[in-house]
Amino acid sequence: MTILDNAMAMRLVIGCVGALLLAPAPISADESQAVKTLVTTGADDSKFVELDPRLEEAERLRIKAVDRALPATVCIFVPGGGGGGSGVLISPDGYALTNFHVSSPAGSYMRCGLSDGRIYDAVIIGIDPVGDLALIRLLGREDFPYVEIADSRKAQVGQWCMVIGNPFLLATNLQPTVTWGILSGVGRYQYPSGTLLEYADCLQTDASINPGNSGGPLFDDSGRLLGIVGRASFEKRGRVNVGVGYAISINQAMNFLGDLHSGRVLDHATLGATVATDPDGGARVSNILDSSDAYRRGLRYGHTVVEIDGRSVNTANQVQNVLATLPPQWRVPLVYMDRGKRISTLVRLENLHTSDELLEKMAAALPPPPPAPEPPREPEKQDDAPDQSDDENGDDDGPKDGGPKLPDLKKLIPGRQGPGKGDGGDKNNDMPPAVAAVFEARRGFANYFPNRVKQQDMLASLRGQFPNWSADASTDANVSVWKIEGKTDSEQATPIRIIISDDAFELTIGDKTITATNRTELYNAITSTNVSGILACLDAWRSLLMRGTDGFGECYYRGTVPLLGQRPLRDCLIGVSGELEANWLLHPDTAALEAIEVTADRDDDPAELFVKWGDDPSKQPTHLELRYGTTSILNVKVDSWTVVAKGEAK
Amino acid sequence: MTNSAPKPSRRFQRVTQSLFNKSCAWCLATLAILILSGLPRASAYETNLSVLVRQAQRAAVKVYGAGGGGLVAYQSGFLVSPAGHVATAWSYVLDVEPVVVLDDGRRFNATIVGFEPKLELAVLKIEADDLPYLELAAEVPELAEPILAVSNLFGIASGDEPASVMQGTVSSISRLDARRGTFKTPYTGTVMILDLVANNPGAAGGAVVDSKGRAIGMLGKELRDASAGVWLNYALPSSALREAIGNIVAGRAVVTTEPESPMLARDQSHHPETLGMNLIPNVLENTPAFVDRVIAASAAARADVRPDDLVLLIGNVRIDSQRTLLDSLRRIDRRDPVVMTLQRGSQIVSVTLMP
Repeated sequence: MTILDNAMAMRLVIGCVGALLLAPAPISADESQAVKTLVTTGADDSKFVELDPRLEEAERLRIKAVDRALPATVCIFVPGGGGGGSGVLISPDGYALTNFHVSSPAGSYMRCGLSDGRIYDAVIIGIDPVGDLALIRLLGREDFPYVEIADSRKAQVGQWCMVIGNPFLLATNLQPTVTWGILSGVGRYQYPSGTLLEYADCLQTDASINPGNSGGPLFDDSGRLLGIVGRASFEKRGRVNVGVGYAISINQAMNFLGDLHSGRVLDHATLGATVATDPDGGARVSNILDSSDAYRRGLRYGHTVVEIDGRSVNTANQVQNVLATLPPQWRVPLVYMDRGKRISTLVRLENLHTSDELLEKMAAALPPPPPAPEPPREPEKQDDAPDQSDDENGDDDGPKDGGPKLPDLKKLIPGRQGPGKGDGGDKNNDMPPAVAAVFEARRGFANYFPNRVKQQDMLASLRGQFPNWSADASTDANVSVWKIEGKTDSEQATPIRIIISDDAFELTIGDKTITATNRTELYNAITSTNVSGILACLDAWRSLLMRGTDGFGECYYRGTVPLLGQRPLRDCLIGVSGELEANWLLHPDTAALEAIEVTADRDDDPAELFVKWGDDPSKQPTHLELRYGTTSILNVKVDSWTVVAKGEAK
Repeated sequence: MTNSAPKPSRRFQRVTQSLFNKSCAWCLATLAILILSGLPRASAYETNLSVLVRQAQRAAVKVYGAGGGGLVAYQSGFLVSPAGHVATAWSYVLDVEPVVVLDDGRRFNATIVGFEPKLELAVLKIEADDLPYLELAAEVPELAEPILAVSNLFGIASGDEPASVMQGTVSSISRLDARRGTFKTPYTGTVMILDLVANNPGAAGGAVVDSKGRAIGMLGKELRDASAGVWLNYALPSSALREAIGNIVAGRAVVTTEPESPMLARDQSHHPETLGMNLIPNVLENTPAFVDRVIAASAAARADVRPDDLVLLIGNVRIDSQRTLLDSLRRIDRRDPVVMTLQRGSQIVSVTLMP
């Protein structure tokens, strides 16, 4: 008799009793009030025992948590049997988070099963290849079950947690699998696998995580979403659970959620500086780019970084742990020590990759495409999935030899396979019409469609809140010259007048007038951090209102960013016109325009115009403030803001 | 596995019977200790578990040493005294003087102050005081006892990052020698079989902690069923390690690499040749002290020293290379017996060579 046989026998014995604790017991929350449970105590005798009421209560709470979490868990299947994984619904209109490495084999659309037994079409929205996240949208309902989001920063080691998902793609009956465990570690850092995927500040759990769980939810013990499962330590024991699984923290996912909604292929951030852990403690700057914003904010070689985005950091690992959870171009609070002096500032994070680099690396990280679904397929090859390199991701590129076979979902739902719109390079040539209607391919985007929608929404908001805007008059360059009058918001209260038209920009402060006639002069105003940078910001605003998004060479919804390092995250629209890039930041609730940033040279500070609307946002702005970096250089109290015909402005 | 055990053995029946005979209330109670402490409020319970977890993590250490060639250069350990004694697994990682990193991130060069090859146990010492440590339980744990396993498996934590914690129960108490050769280990005593995937690369030496916060065991080195290829999840019970650790901590059973007795003249001291054993060619700086050949009718042959034996100890001197072996033999009078501890395959053998 081997010890393993003993162990297994013990397991069976304990299983009888432990079922009460270790599995969602087959009793409903209502019945559990006064439950008497049958426990087998031997081959031929059995008896009822009273459970400790505290045990019952703990069990009742767990059943409740599973009941709450289960309906929002998504079982993802790649059409054509190319694999699958898990996901989790985070809003009633069908948005769900999953892993990039789950969505990528599917490309732009996939089929998703919920525990209600129904299958929904889903379209890709946005992807974050570095952070291994993807946002998809399930179609066909506006009342999807969805989860409550927890604060993963508060997660503690030892806390009970559960993982729900589609391990080994078992959920062919669309019923997800629940596994239970504790958090084994928090704030873990896992080195990039291959060249791209990096797991920072992630959660480690001993709840069973297997291939197929990827992209699925990690919940706390009350069924709130703590993270997105995505990776496990697999070594010589093969691609099965070894008690070490990792989940991307939900706080990181929430940082990127706005950007994912933009439909873009997302990048991650860098400080533009490297740090090393000092033997005496502290994260010291070991190298810094003089073109970085951190350098412009005074960070130098040898300084010690002590806080980023409100989180204290003591080691190089901790610095990376924070940075890797933040999107690029975010402006976050930075605190550093310069020879004993503590300096607090704001720093704009840089992109980790250029756009081309990112797309190239992403393509390299993608698994080989699944076998094309050619009509007369050999049965044994039908469900074969591409074999991937043995990286540590719990990727779900389909069943392996001897593994469970994925059913051909097309057979499950006959009649759903309409001839879809073929798009460049996309392998889903049988995309259903409902998906094709909300999908638009474009370079640099996972799906341009949601971006287009958001641009139009934001443009409508901007036009709606602007005083005296009318679709007829305000798009006519001859009758929509902006004339703003006010005074400096200071003791002296010097009078100020600003005029913005297509080809004449004028700023008068007291008796001094600065004029510009073209955008090259506005560009120079910004690079020389001149007060006339305000003209560039107002010009961008006026151009957008008049000409819409088509008035720019390139215009897109960027996602969400903090304003001066502060949340809530603002919606950000970007318009590029020649050398100038304008960002419009709108409040997420009121949609009020709060800031316009115009960047001339990436190596210089942009001109930033902060707009204050007073109590009534439907009226004209009350204050304008121009800043470069962290320095405020002009503060205007607005008295009147009129739109006049050309010639009337003077 | 099934063909090797067509029907339950006597021992199996004994173990299962004993569990059946105990009341169900007992089973539930033991399962529930961890679950219930601090209830009725679930949050209070979590606080208690978090406290327990944190206590265990603070006493856990990361051990770094030799590795390479597909072997990881790290393992786990835990403090067993406030003065810096660390219990860990005796393994190749300790082939060099190890570095110990505490939960708070402090790094220490450690010395190996004791090891017990038959228990696959080593005790390290770092120069520090007032350290958090784990008390070693004296009794063998109960079946189904809920436990935490704290280790640095896969080397996930580094610096001041806390070790990983996993939960589970003791699913069986048994011996590993039930089928000799299945699991290649010199340890022949009782082990705790765990229902969690605890024994991963780097986990060896980690602590198994009970609901009272005591170490009831130490995670063993990775063991795989030679025929079935199944990895075992097990720990050595503290009750088996306690005496050895106690003796080492108390200074009664320390080993050293620096013998105190004086060096004798070459013709008055021992040498492998005079004992009748040839070692493998000494080509490295630290060539292991493997026996290559044994001369017939020599002292080594009479003591049944065999080719491929690895010399671990001479007296209380730890032999980490042929250099230390030659050195310690030079300090023993040629007329005196030589006490050696050898590793022979997965067995530990003690021999006395009479000149």
